[in-house]
Amino acid sequence: MPLSRRAFVVAASTSGAGILIGVRVSGLLRLARENEQSAHKPVPSPFVAWVHVKPTGEISLIVAKSEMGQGIRTGLAIPLAEEAEVSLNQVSVEQAETRPDIYTHMGTGGSHSTRQNYMPYRRVGATVRELMITAAAVKWNVPREQCFAREGAVLHRSSTKKASYGELVEAASKLPLPNPARVPLKKESEFRLIGHEIPRVDIPAKINGRAQFGLDVRVQDMLFAVIARCPTFGGKPAKFDAGKAKAMAGVRGVFEIPALGAGKFTAGGIAVVADSTWQAMQARRALEINWDHGSAISESSETLSEMLKSAASKSGKRLRNDGDVDAALSATTKHIEAVYELPFQAHATMEPMNITIHRREGGCEVWVPTQSPDWVQRVVADTMGLDAKKVVVHTTFMGGGFGRRYMPDYPAEAAQIAKEIDRPVQLLWTREDDMTHDFYRPASCHRLQGTVDEHGRAIVWSHTLASTSINGLWHPEQNKPEDSEIGGAKQMPYAIPNVRLEFNDVPTAVPRAWWRSVEHSFNGFVVESFIDELAAEAHRDPVEFRRSLLVGGKSGNPADEDDPNPQRLLKVLNVAAEKSGWGKPLPKGWGRGIAVYFSFGSYFGEVAEVSVSQEKALQIHRIVAAVDCGTVVNPEGVRAQTESAIIYGLSAALKNAITFKRGAVEQSNFTDYDPIRINEAPPIEVHLAPSGDDCGGMGEPALPPLAPAIANAIYAATGQRLRKLPFQLSV
Amino acid sequence: MAPIKLHVNGKINTIDVGLDTPLLWALRDALGLTGTKYGCGMGVCGACTVHLDGQAVRSCQTRVSAAGDKKITTIEGLSDNAAHPLQIAWIAEQVPQCGYCQSGQIMQAAALLARTPHPTDDEINDAMAGNLCRCGMYQRIRLGIRRAAKGANHAA
Ligand code: FES
Ligand code: FES
Repeated sequence: MPLSRRAFVVAASTSGAGILIGVRVSGLLRLARENEQSAHKPVPSPFVAWVHVKPTGEISLIVAKSEMGQGIRTGLAIPLAEEAEVSLNQVSVEQAETRPDIYTHMGTGGSHSTRQNYMPYRRVGATVRELMITAAAVKWNVPREQCFAREGAVLHRSSTKKASYGELVEAASKLPLPNPARVPLKKESEFRLIGHEIPRVDIPAKINGRAQFGLDVRVQDMLFAVIARCPTFGGKPAKFDAGKAKAMAGVRGVFEIPALGAGKFTAGGIAVVADSTWQAMQARRALEINWDHGSAISESSETLSEMLKSAASKSGKRLRNDGDVDAALSATTKHIEAVYELPFQAHATMEPMNITIHRREGGCEVWVPTQSPDWVQRVVADTMGLDAKKVVVHTTFMGGGFGRRYMPDYPAEAAQIAKEIDRPVQLLWTREDDMTHDFYRPASCHRLQGTVDEHGRAIVWSHTLASTSINGLWHPEQNKPEDSEIGGAKQMPYAIPNVRLEFNDVPTAVPRAWWRSVEHSFNGFVVESFIDELAAEAHRDPVEFRRSLLVGGKSGNPADEDDPNPQRLLKVLNVAAEKSGWGKPLPKGWGRGIAVYFSFGSYFGEVAEVSVSQEKALQIHRIVAAVDCGTVVNPEGVRAQTESAIIYGLSAALKNAITFKRGAVEQSNFTDYDPIRINEAPPIEVHLAPSGDDCGGMGEPALPPLAPAIANAIYAATGQRLRKLPFQLSV
Repeated sequence: MAPIKLHVNGKINTIDVGLDTPLLWALRDALGLTGTKYGCGMGVCGACTVHLDGQAVRSCQTRVSAAGDKKITTIEGLSDNAAHPLQIAWIAEQVPQCGYCQSGQIMQAAALLARTPHPTDDEINDAMAGNLCRCGMYQRIRLGIRRAAKGANHAA
């Protein structure tokens, strides 16, 4: 049941409708039984989700978060069912309609979903349970304390009285809502779901072809479209001849769509619409287009990498300054300096970008695999000149997100096509389109300087970071360019007396955006590699060296909320070291490397065990990960996300790079951007070491420590320090 | 365009598509069998894997004209009620993440087990190396295949 206006009307009535509770996370948590009137309060709504206790006693959870494989539907149902005292199969999870007036925070990203929602869902569940217990006590005329809830029913301790939630819901709906901030929560020892192994609810549909992904949307009378985009960023068609394409079987329309600027960033090009995907693809091949390549044609990876290197060698905007780096550097003749380089990365989700759109009288309906349905709604409305309320957005399953599906560019293109075509249209990006017109993880270059004293103590840490910033593209007015670039570098956690971070932004025509773990994917590599270099300089064991710099806590400025807790880093360091057999002898040519890192609220320690043969063939034998994500909601989910982020990070560490020449991306498919395959995938062991603190995120934080753990292991095995990704072992 | 007969999941269908149309798009667009996925269109990701007379093939690289007289099985026709040992194992091992690659993974693995009921790890790697999983669920895919193979052991 999509949450429609009707649902509010139903909920407002007091008979046969059940209870509808809005879940609010921002500010002080407050629950409300919404009625028709309050549901039409001005946007944005303060509620992130709605919980509907139906007259049958079943609970339906209507969530505005996108399921992209991270298991969020299960992850949110667990805390609710736990406190409500119902079994998981009494909870159905439904994808919310895109209605910013009903939901807030519709975006799925930043590893936020569980973090934001865990406590509110527990409180809503507890509210349901308390209401049911009160209703039963009143009904039986017994003291409330003699009643308890289990498996969707209330029982009386001293008799055989039992009433299901379905029987109680009508009476419960008339009771005053308890104060959610004070509703009693279960003790950890009473948990039967939270922290237990729970199978994911979305998996059964994903083993028999039934799950409907964006590309699987089928609408009566639909057509299929592809777009020919200029390979060079910022280029456009100078002239084109569509004669041959138009004459081909099944072709319904060939027309130019202009590039759309800031906030949409589409390439524009020639849209081809046909009766089937294949016909559209064939007709696109038959187009004759002369491109006006524009100014980006003078750009290439070589020129950009020179610019990045030179920017990293200049002083830049100072963003951290503890002690006196210059004085400490000039006090010694011995300092080490290292330059690290990381390329652009494509998201390369398994399902390429796509969207299905249908313009109708005065409005439009959209089916889209997206991480940001509310943004899609605004962009489609804006492109078509409609009121956002007239754009109905359905979020489908999606074949991976990793940040790419936050962007609203393909919805804007679909809206341009829908303006011309009266029938429903599915716009497909072929793999080549997806690879060459992504918003890439920024390319970056880092210059690090450090010193250790004669006692082997780290004295100086200086980091100059140059990158092609995300915010320089997306939000130049609102945000500073460094906002999406310096996380984890600024919070460098080791107690070193003199620390400096400087940043320089480097312009490029290559579009950038958030990629799994964002800037932590490069800063994790740099920070955890260079601390290893300092350990080597100090002739100290990498684990023991890190330990000595974590026990003291952070030096310099007082900790802010993005700062990691050194004690928790220390713990995952110790667990990863212990579980990996750190220090145990290895054969010749083998090595272990470690890295610890905090991002998105979670702490990871990872150890890589590698070998390098005489012929310089690298083999990864195993990865051992220790994770403290605060509270574990579903250990199964934590392990799956850890394995996933590690393999994703491994592709970027060992194999993949996006390069460009004459302003165009050189890679085009999984032939030249070939991610890790099963025969290259090492065994991964995941050890949970939860602290019991607040829930941390899980989609991203296992990625940053992976590359440095491998680089450090290669150093241990060979003495060769790799500072450029993807790794290339010199022969 | 010409009517062409395709024998899919035990049924004969007549569709009207160009003879050079890849089987993938015929299945998805003409027959509405969307369980078979598009990932690369070049035979390098395995998302589009189906069986032709029991052999795993990349449907993006197979023209409908070449499939005409063969029995085609897609993920929708692999079993009734998701009862194939691999499907059961896939749930037990919680293999899918986004799930997009999984039709292809299961079809590829099913062809492997049909030929080699008890594959070694190397045989698993060899057979499955053409199937990408961008969610990185390879460890679970291996476990799933081993579990399904063990089931075969019990039956034997
Ligand atoms: S779509 Fe056929 S192998 Fe990738
Ligand atoms: S499960 Fe997402 S690509 Fe394999």
